Amino acid sequence: MSELIRKNASELVELLKSREISSVELTQAHLDRTAAVDGDVHSYLHVGPEAALAAAAEVDRRRAAGEALHALAGLPIAVKDNLTTTDAPTTSGSKILEGWVPQYDATVVKKLRAAGMPILGKTNLDEFAMGSSTEFSAFGPSRNPWDLERIPGGSGGGSSSVVASFQAPLAIGSDTGGSIRYPAFVTGTVGTKPTYGAVSRYGLIALASSLDQIGPVARNVLDAALLQDVIAGHDPHDSTSLPESLGSMADAAKKLDVKGLRVGVIKQLSGEGFQPGVSARFNESLELLKNAGAEIVEVDCPSFEYAIAAYYLILPAEASSNLAKFDSVRFGLRVTPEGTPTIERVMAATREAGFGPEVKRRIILGTYALSSGSYDAFYGSAQKVRTLIQRDFDAAFAKADVLVSPTAPNTAFKLGEKLDDPLAMYLNDIATIPANLAGIPGMSIPNGVAEDTNLPSGIQILAPARGDARLYQVGAALEHMHEEIWGKRMIDFAPELEVRG
Amino acid sequence: MSEITPDLVRHLANLARIDVNDQEVELFAEQISLIVDSMATVKAAVQGDVPATSHPIPMSNVFREDVVEPSLTQAEALSGSADSGDGRFRVHAILDGE
Repeated sequence: MSELIRKNASELVELLKSREISSVELTQAHLDRTAAVDGDVHSYLHVGPEAALAAAAEVDRRRAAGEALHALAGLPIAVKDNLTTTDAPTTSGSKILEGWVPQYDATVVKKLRAAGMPILGKTNLDEFAMGSSTEFSAFGPSRNPWDLERIPGGSGGGSSSVVASFQAPLAIGSDTGGSIRYPAFVTGTVGTKPTYGAVSRYGLIALASSLDQIGPVARNVLDAALLQDVIAGHDPHDSTSLPESLGSMADAAKKLDVKGLRVGVIKQLSGEGFQPGVSARFNESLELLKNAGAEIVEVDCPSFEYAIAAYYLILPAEASSNLAKFDSVRFGLRVTPEGTPTIERVMAATREAGFGPEVKRRIILGTYALSSGSYDAFYGSAQKVRTLIQRDFDAAFAKADVLVSPTAPNTAFKLGEKLDDPLAMYLNDIATIPANLAGIPGMSIPNGVAEDTNLPSGIQILAPARGDARLYQVGAALEHMHEEIWGKRMIDFAPELEVRG
Repeated sequence: MSEITPDLVRHLANLARIDVNDQEVELFAEQISLIVDSMATVKAAVQGDVPATSHPIPMSNVFREDVVEPSLTQAEALSGSADSGDGRFRVHAILDGE
């Protein structure tokens, strides 16, 4: 393996800047890695070598000409396949969009292009981001680079595995209930769900519009911060986009100081129900934070008990409405039944053929939750629970500057293990969902290998809305303490993948 | 137990414009019943007068400047469709002929 691709993004941009390496060289090294390992890992649904190398060559030309460039210019990146791209198909992991090439770029994609970051390809996900394992992708699952028999998390398992297998230094993810943070947890990587509205959702194929948020996927905290700084900012195309700047995440990630910071441990998201190996690592990190001068306090969030229930009513309700646009008319698949069918029959046949089982399940559930007989009891109650969860967070943040929990209860499970049990699959997101319901930012960083399963674990950090910088400050400080103790980065514990091709 | 019967699943799927076969109806009825029973805990969660939250970060009256910006051409807008003609999306009959 080229040593280049193991480096942190923050180091690579320095090498690019000093012209020790070219963007073409760096982009080609990652494409070579993909040729060697992605047959096994299956991070990508689409790889775009020509477009990536052309973008890289353009940056090299501009740098040689002495033009002013963005700090991350020339650094290649992978993009989750639910973001529209004009030069690559965009499927959102669904047969219903197979082969569709959008006519516009998502705002985030535009920002990456404007920064001069070559887009290597589009990463795999559960169909329309509905799942925790990528097993609901219509194009087959991605695999966890730490153990190819195990899931890389979901829905963004393509983005987590692409950085964990050194096929890309950075990737874009989206997080509706944990789809950035859970994959980070199971693959020993970093993922942030920014404050709702911090990153434009324009061009993101919507799952649940009041919960979805785009964010960075990386192998370390500073790299994720650099990427959030590229993609964040107000966008008039997204009416939920925050008008104000949240400041520099990279600056926050360089502080490496937690002295005097109050760190709240959420009573409901620790201890019972969490794998002992995950909890042990979590408690060690609390000790590290304490030794570094942070104050550890316990906070009580009693309404979190109802978070999953509220989420699995609100999400399907919003999804059933959002996915109505896949109607065989403007884009995507059209299946025409025999005879002289009406458009309604064409829609129903198209959606039967184009949607997979989890998508159908959630649309039917959402249609039920929104139907007149159950709207108040289910959807209405779920929205009230959302208020209670926000109040829990408000009370908790009165006592603490950040909150922490293990990102998920258990390390990566085996492919197929939970496929026929939707409820068991939903429980993976128990610790990540509250942040989406409340709109607050959350980050998962590597937290050592759990001794009982010998697989990666992670710690989640949460901050009040607009307090994303606190995540990067605490995350980077804790990461620094870990690396001092381990003598290497978390990703350096991962086994070498067999190289083919 | 919840009221998610196979007939209800068939009705909901029809409302959502998704054809379902008998096997799917049976499976979804069973799975969605379990899910709905489990999610029904929200009914007991709320006591007293609690306002509903539909949006996590409250905002109102979000406008942009009223200026024309570049947008898709007609050909671009039609390019992803399964069938088009005369500058329009072409679809099957909307009303049943009978």
